[in-house]
Amino acid sequence: MLHFDCGSCNGCDIETLACLTPVYDIERFGVINVGNPMHADILLVTGTVNPRNKKVLVNLYDQMPNPKVVVAIGSCGLSGGIFKDAYNVLGGIDKVIPVDVYVPGCPAKPEAIIDGVVMALKKYEVIKKKHSDSVPSRMKWRKIAP
Amino acid sequence: MKRTIIPFGPQHPVLPEPIHLTLTVEDEIITEAVPALGFVHRGLEQLADLRDFRQMVQVVERVCGICSMMHAMCYAQGIEGLMEVEVPPRAKYLRVIWSELHRMHSHLLWLGLFADSFGFESLFMQFWRIREKILNIQEATTGNRIIVSVNVIGGVRKDLSPDQIRWMLSELIEVEQMIMNLGPTLFDDYTVKKRTVDKGILSGEKAMELGTAGPTLRGSGVSQDMRTLGYAALNELDFTPVTEKNGDCWSRCKVRFLETLQSIDLVRQAIARIPNGEINTKVKGRPDGEIIARVEQPRGEVFYYIKANGKKNLDRLRIRTPTFANIPALLTMLPGMWLSDVPVVVLSIDPCISCTER
Repeated sequence: MLHFDCGSCNGCDIETLACLTPVYDIERFGVINVGNPMHADILLVTGTVNPRNKKVLVNLYDQMPNPKVVVAIGSCGLSGGIFKDAYNVLGGIDKVIPVDVYVPGCPAKPEAIIDGVVMALKKYEVIKKKHSDSVPSRMKWRKIAP
Repeated sequence: MKRTIIPFGPQHPVLPEPIHLTLTVEDEIITEAVPALGFVHRGLEQLADLRDFRQMVQVVERVCGICSMMHAMCYAQGIEGLMEVEVPPRAKYLRVIWSELHRMHSHLLWLGLFADSFGFESLFMQFWRIREKILNIQEATTGNRIIVSVNVIGGVRKDLSPDQIRWMLSELIEVEQMIMNLGPTLFDDYTVKKRTVDKGILSGEKAMELGTAGPTLRGSGVSQDMRTLGYAALNELDFTPVTEKNGDCWSRCKVRFLETLQSIDLVRQAIARIPNGEINTKVKGRPDGEIIARVEQPRGEVFYYIKANGKKNLDRLRIRTPTFANIPALLTMLPGMWLSDVPVVVLSIDPCISCTER
């Protein structure tokens, strides 16, 4: 799992971090927070997209190996939320990269985030199966996103 | 020695938020640091054109999720000053209680992240475990864990029942005990001292010259705290700002640790003296004129400039946040440091990028 703050107000970010701490402990579902996008299967994105962090977000998404799933967290990540009309906001995450799971809330509660990540894990398994059927076996570990 | 340029951020494991630093390194010693901002800029001040002055309370809360209570309180105090509204005393005390709870959760969050920045992960987990107790109090009393959204112009939205107050006090005893237990781990540990003492030194005069604010300034021995202005009910409560002399990462850490305990004390004092009565007043009319409002955030002084012209929407809203004031200090601290100390020094100013960029 990789977490990227894409212009949120910190509310969802600290709730995402709170998921990693003993009270919520997302690691019991086999999810570990990593710092390198090349080690990640799930991308958690919080906050709105603006022209500047758009490039960073696309870059991070492209660096993640296939198959991958994206979870958008918080009202801002879904649609722009309260900042939708602000001049430097393009809108939700799905304007830039495909999103698989949407977690609403302002800020989203850790329980909701864990639920979203578990749904993403299920989806990941399905995509992984499809992916491994379509890619020749010798290419499986070399397939990197375009 | 050949110069190497190392990019730090915008996505970095130690930073929860995107800030980019271009570090010029000579033999692992930093010679120059250049920041690049703008990853979180939303154009929030401009929203004052679209939302009316009452709706803006909810918007300014989203300047920063960690210190949302202080932002809303500062904005509400500014508008109340413009409209000459007298806030009921109970509302003032309730504002102090929630804002000090916010300071506690922000400092505990920072202490955890700071421990994580030098690789002390179990301490990070311990501090965040305590923080959950504070968040439980906030959720039980206001309905939301982080963005509490209790402020309205003219008072607060929620009241505390006697049961809640009793439960809150018993929880705070536990929280205080847990924080005290972690004190020796943080301050007597050999490794922690090795990583923080004499790192990123900022002298008192230099800090004043660069215009730093909050615990970064108080860690350098300057006793400046906006709470001494006595906004809300703080003029009726006893406290002295915490200061430390050395001006290194260790002092800044100690200031925040002691402030957490001070906040517990302030909450207790406020609960002991809270009067009965109304929690908000009806506000009629529209604001006119210009005003400055200042409040002490967990990271330092937050400054609101509000200009209104008697219409529904404000003319101008300008927010200056403490991290904006602390970034120049960070840039003077970094040259001469080892590259491995960068995460510790960057975190020691408690950067809040979404505050800075809004």
